[in-house]
Amino acid sequence: MAEARLRVEAAGPHVSLQDAGRFGWMRYGVPASGPMDRFAHAAANLALGQPSGATAIEVSMGGLSLSCREGAVSIAVCGGGFTLDHDGTRRDGWAVLRLEPGQTLAIRAGTWGSWCYVAVAGDLVCERWLGRAATHAVSGFGGGRLVAGQDVIVRDAWVTQDREGAIPAPGPPTAPLRLSAVAGPQEALFAPGALDRLTGETFRVTSAFDRMGVRLDGPELPLRDALSIPSEPLLRGAVQVAGDGVASVLLADHQTTGGYPKIATLLSTETDRLAQARPGDTLRIALVDPEKAVALARVALAERRRSLDEIGKPRGSLAQRLVETNLISGVTDGREAAPEG
Amino acid sequence: MSDWPRFRAVADHGLLVSFGDEISDTVSAQVFALDRVLRETPPEGMTECIPAMVNLLIDFDPEVTDHAGVQQEVEGRLGHIEDAPVAGQDRVVEVCYDADFASDLARVAEATGLTPDQVIEAHLAGDYRVRMYGFAPGYAYMSGVPEAIRVPRKSAAVRDVPAGSVIIAGGQCLVTTLTMPTGWSVIGRSPTRILTDDTDHPFLFDVGDRVRFERVERRALNGRTDG
Repeated sequence: MAEARLRVEAAGPHVSLQDAGRFGWMRYGVPASGPMDRFAHAAANLALGQPSGATAIEVSMGGLSLSCREGAVSIAVCGGGFTLDHDGTRRDGWAVLRLEPGQTLAIRAGTWGSWCYVAVAGDLVCERWLGRAATHAVSGFGGGRLVAGQDVIVRDAWVTQDREGAIPAPGPPTAPLRLSAVAGPQEALFAPGALDRLTGETFRVTSAFDRMGVRLDGPELPLRDALSIPSEPLLRGAVQVAGDGVASVLLADHQTTGGYPKIATLLSTETDRLAQARPGDTLRIALVDPEKAVALARVALAERRRSLDEIGKPRGSLAQRLVETNLISGVTDGREAAPEG
Repeated sequence: MSDWPRFRAVADHGLLVSFGDEISDTVSAQVFALDRVLRETPPEGMTECIPAMVNLLIDFDPEVTDHAGVQQEVEGRLGHIEDAPVAGQDRVVEVCYDADFASDLARVAEATGLTPDQVIEAHLAGDYRVRMYGFAPGYAYMSGVPEAIRVPRKSAAVRDVPAGSVIIAGGQCLVTTLTMPTGWSVIGRSPTRILTDDTDHPFLFDVGDRVRFERVERRALNGRTDG
């Protein structure tokens, strides 16, 4: 195994290195950071046979162009509906492909999604903070942002032929996006009717959207009084409402404590889908009680594990896959197969 | 039965335990005490606990436990912590009050009717305690700013306040770790690193620690003189 060197030819804003996240430090003001879409990040790594939490590149809608300067390496691109230009060949994301010296890869926002992930077969070399590569955008701590002109070094890079090709991809989200949340903790501080508005009306994702969170456009959610609460801990998914009655949802780089009341908090299994929404997309929020929230999360986590297991299976060599494809088409489409057989 | 503590579910993976709705030493003492016992004997499935001004949030793995399970574990521990106040460690933070590091010292003096030297003396005399972290990594909110030098937050934040700035607002004091905007009053600069680079103890303070400020000359800043 050798080293691969990938030159960043162009990078949009908010393109950064992310591992699974820096967990356990919220008490010191440090959110987990990590991928905005945790499923897609894990999928990209597993599609290569890498550990699910390995360091990968998070690409924003601004896109990313890489050129391979040295060494060959397999890469996987997962997340949203981004499109790829692999050395002149256009293809969809959710794919494993190989970059060889002299080849280029351009990743662009496609039909849907705000974030996608480029995982590499090998060890992506980067700075770590508190033992983790996850980039906390505000401080720049962790692996950091990628900018044009920079080289990404992949140590012990390898090429995995039996994983090349398309990866099972989730479809685009429904419109409106439907998200589940648990009320509170401060729903009692809101004016009567605010919870009904939260669940009965449609919100729209605005362009005030970064790794810290996303501001929503929708019905005003007025507070009962102009009161403030003592700063209290916050979690990813919190729907907090500032004095102007406007709701924001906190995401990967959220502050760990804050004094704005939270009318609801999205389930942990919902924030990936919200993160993939684009400005202008609509969403509806449904409230569930805590018991139901845990039950829903368990179902979603089991489903997620099944999907990731599927993505993580090697698909075999090209020859094997051709044989499989023939067998399958032979079974499902016997009439066409017969004349040749 | 007292109204407190109160338990609130947060999403599918959090339990907020509140000991009051107003900040006080009594409430803080309860937060610190529960925090300590949770760190010593974490409930099954707890992934982390985050103490704040009047409450503490337990983050848990919803595949291992649920809100009711965590609440039961907390209630089981609450009975045993009443008579053991958390002392906290004593920490010293060095601060240089030279005018070029203390852009708001004169304004604080004017607002409080004191001289800049009296503001410095009052700040040094404060008995500070770390109540929580927040805003950004390593931002430790300390209570204990003496009444005489309490000033409200500015109406608008000032950009690019350098890391290491000692800032105050109301009864709270904080030493910044990043160059960030702030609406608090900047009264000095500290060479003391809150982000320590020590892998075993990457943050200088734990919530509950007591802090004393010690005045130093500008040469102690060792390069922390940007901005």
